[in-house]
Amino acid sequence: MADVLALELKGITKTFGSVVANKNVDLKVKKGEILSILGENGSGKTTLMNMVSGIYYPDAGEIFVNGENVVISSPKDAFKYKIGMIHQHFKLVDVFTATQNIVLGIKDGTKFNIKSAEKKVKEITEKYGFIVDLNKKIYEMSVSEKQTVEIIKVLYRGADILILDEPTAVLTPQETRKLFDILRKMKADGKSIIIITHKLHEVLEISDRVTTLRKGEYVGTVETKDATEQSLTEMMMGERVELNITREEPKNPVERLVVDHLTVIKRDGTVALDNVEFNAYGGEILGVAGISGCGQKELLESIAGLQVTTKKSSILYKPDDLGPQQLVGKTPKEIRKLGVALSFVPEDRLGMGLVGNMDIIDNMMLRSYKSGRGSFLNRKQPKGLAEEVIENLEVVTPSATTPVRRLSGGNVQKVLVGREIASAPKVLMVAYPVRGLDINSSYTIYNLLAEQKRNGTAIIFVGEDLDVLLELCDRIMVINSGKITGIVDGRTATKEEIGLLMTKSVEREDKNEQ
Amino acid sequence: MVATFIQRAVMQGIPLLFGSTGEIITEKSGNLNLGIPGIMYVGGISGVIGAFLYENSLATPEDANAFMAISIPLLCSMLGSLIMGLIYCFLTVTLRANQNVTGLAITTFGVGFGNFFGGSLIKLVDTDVPSIALTTTSNYFRTTLPFAESTGWFGKIFLSYGFLAYAAIIIALACAFFLNRTRGGLHLRAVGENPATADAAGINVERTKYLATCIGSVIAGFGGLYYVMDYANGVWSNDGFGDRGWLAIALVIFAIWKPSSGILGSILFGGLYIIYLFIPGLALRTQELFKMLPYVVTIIVLIFVSIRNKKENQGPQSLGLSYFREER
Repeated sequence: MADVLALELKGITKTFGSVVANKNVDLKVKKGEILSILGENGSGKTTLMNMVSGIYYPDAGEIFVNGENVVISSPKDAFKYKIGMIHQHFKLVDVFTATQNIVLGIKDGTKFNIKSAEKKVKEITEKYGFIVDLNKKIYEMSVSEKQTVEIIKVLYRGADILILDEPTAVLTPQETRKLFDILRKMKADGKSIIIITHKLHEVLEISDRVTTLRKGEYVGTVETKDATEQSLTEMMMGERVELNITREEPKNPVERLVVDHLTVIKRDGTVALDNVEFNAYGGEILGVAGISGCGQKELLESIAGLQVTTKKSSILYKPDDLGPQQLVGKTPKEIRKLGVALSFVPEDRLGMGLVGNMDIIDNMMLRSYKSGRGSFLNRKQPKGLAEEVIENLEVVTPSATTPVRRLSGGNVQKVLVGREIASAPKVLMVAYPVRGLDINSSYTIYNLLAEQKRNGTAIIFVGEDLDVLLELCDRIMVINSGKITGIVDGRTATKEEIGLLMTKSVEREDKNEQ
Repeated sequence: MVATFIQRAVMQGIPLLFGSTGEIITEKSGNLNLGIPGIMYVGGISGVIGAFLYENSLATPEDANAFMAISIPLLCSMLGSLIMGLIYCFLTVTLRANQNVTGLAITTFGVGFGNFFGGSLIKLVDTDVPSIALTTTSNYFRTTLPFAESTGWFGKIFLSYGFLAYAAIIIALACAFFLNRTRGGLHLRAVGENPATADAAGINVERTKYLATCIGSVIAGFGGLYYVMDYANGVWSNDGFGDRGWLAIALVIFAIWKPSSGILGSILFGGLYIIYLFIPGLALRTQELFKMLPYVVTIIVLIFVSIRNKKENQGPQSLGLSYFREER
């Protein structure tokens, strides 16, 4: 029986529009083992698992459960084959109790009786040693409690294959240890567990085998006992690709931004940025690397005045003509006036910065609508600006009056970045400016940034692709769970070095301090 | 005097109760059906058409039999509002159209539909007054328990209504039971709160939305039927139903999405709606101020609920949003 695989994927391909999320991926999961799926952001780990759990349907490829070729077209099908997924963003109803969430969707023919369900749930919790108050409402629960409910929910349905998507991303080290204990018990119970993560030490600690994905493609599988953090990073990051982006030496850099003790606490009490300290210089591109959601957005927004920071935080801005200016406490408008510009390309590209239904001219005016006298709009000047951006950045558009929504993604981004550059900022912050762009459009943006650098602008560049960061940036700052884990020289650093800084556990350091 | 007031308040409240119960069931599935006022109109006029055809098929009013006189309008009303509910579902669930726009369109259409066919029927009978009276069938709808007359104020307050009024309260209680105590209710609430979760749990989100919205529409349609056949003594006049549909939607918020609270709420709203008739010496314009009261009360409840900020007292979390599984 040991030969029969619990789950096998063959040649799975999935595309979203023109974006290929998974390309010809193979995967094998044995019975009673813990398999880690490792990969960078956007390497297609979650998409792949969503196809196993019935959220997405693959464009091509086959899925085998216990050696049998199956079609999983809905979450219901996944339950049928005893596959359960614990999503990164919990699928729980806030106003329901734990038990109500656990029994949700089950039609087992018996009379609806929450009491008898509770008994069955208790059996599961005792078997694996979960600690949870079953009558507590979800919205009153901590993240770790919610996760426990999710796991019980999947077990209650009798799942033999459990998929956990970044289960430790939200947990404290103690909670993580508890979770791993439970996972080991499940493994001993004969269940197969797939765990998606990019924390290397956890991979080494918990899993039996590791499968790596890179940019949607299958890289390979190794036995954990043969792997080291170094070898896994190499698999995950791949060979360094030469991009030949022109990078000049910074010319007489002047200090522009001094960030000190920058701490941001989100509304739900979690720490988004923890005592961040760094300097940014004019005429230099400072790269920011990190796994998504580690505080990049909060960092840029704090500088732009869009985030509430704690009292000790300090962001000192040093323009040429004025004395040092404290940006903390200033309104976004005041900060912008001082010459600090932010262009942020969110995942959906249009969400922040541009209004999809408005044309390029109107979008240019979003920055300048306050200028001019009276209540009537002056469209002449923004029209000139729009035409300039279209010409200089080679925006492909029928006219300046075409709604931005109808442009292709790359052109939308050019408009967004172009508008920020047009205001001739002293500090320019760009986040993911080449997200989803083809090579040529990407180079247009890189060249624009290089030109700004030559003009003496301090550029903070948040990027996803390490190859790009390594070729474009003078210095690279690595952010990890809201902390700066290192600032390296872009000319000498290696991918592995940055990869380790990105993935090394910050919590582990805390633990040593305790 | 007090007994009369309460009796009138209840009669005013019953259409609102039907409307709000239907809308609560609908909203629990995440569909914000602003078409309810129109659907109640259609429920009313469909019943009227059925009753009209039935009465006209009789040689003399004495030939009418109780079963037919009630079931024909009832079935016609159900059919009418069901079709309206299906249109709404097809547009918002299958085609994922904007719920607010669709709902408002349904309301405009429903009111127009009611007035058009109401007007046509009035033309058919060729009367001098711009209304149509269906006394024979209406009498069956208005039949009360035989001992209601003899029990004084008690009978007046509790026993003096047609069967649809009691049905309204029973339906509201049944819906409360369904939502809180059954598996189906749990699934329905899950769909309205978080369709992605419900979907991942193996619940058919589309089917749940269709079912809830159509059943809700039929329940709301009864409100229109009750209004014409019972409250208005079988007299259809164009625009006679007025803004009761919107009041029913306000009642949903007032009852904080609890059908059982809707029962008392509807009587309160009914009372506030007619209180100007019981306060002597009001000028016409001050009457209108009094008619505003139910909405004022709703706003106060909204403020109160928002301040308390208790999650259970909020509307369904995904209310008004379309759901598509593969959306990213």
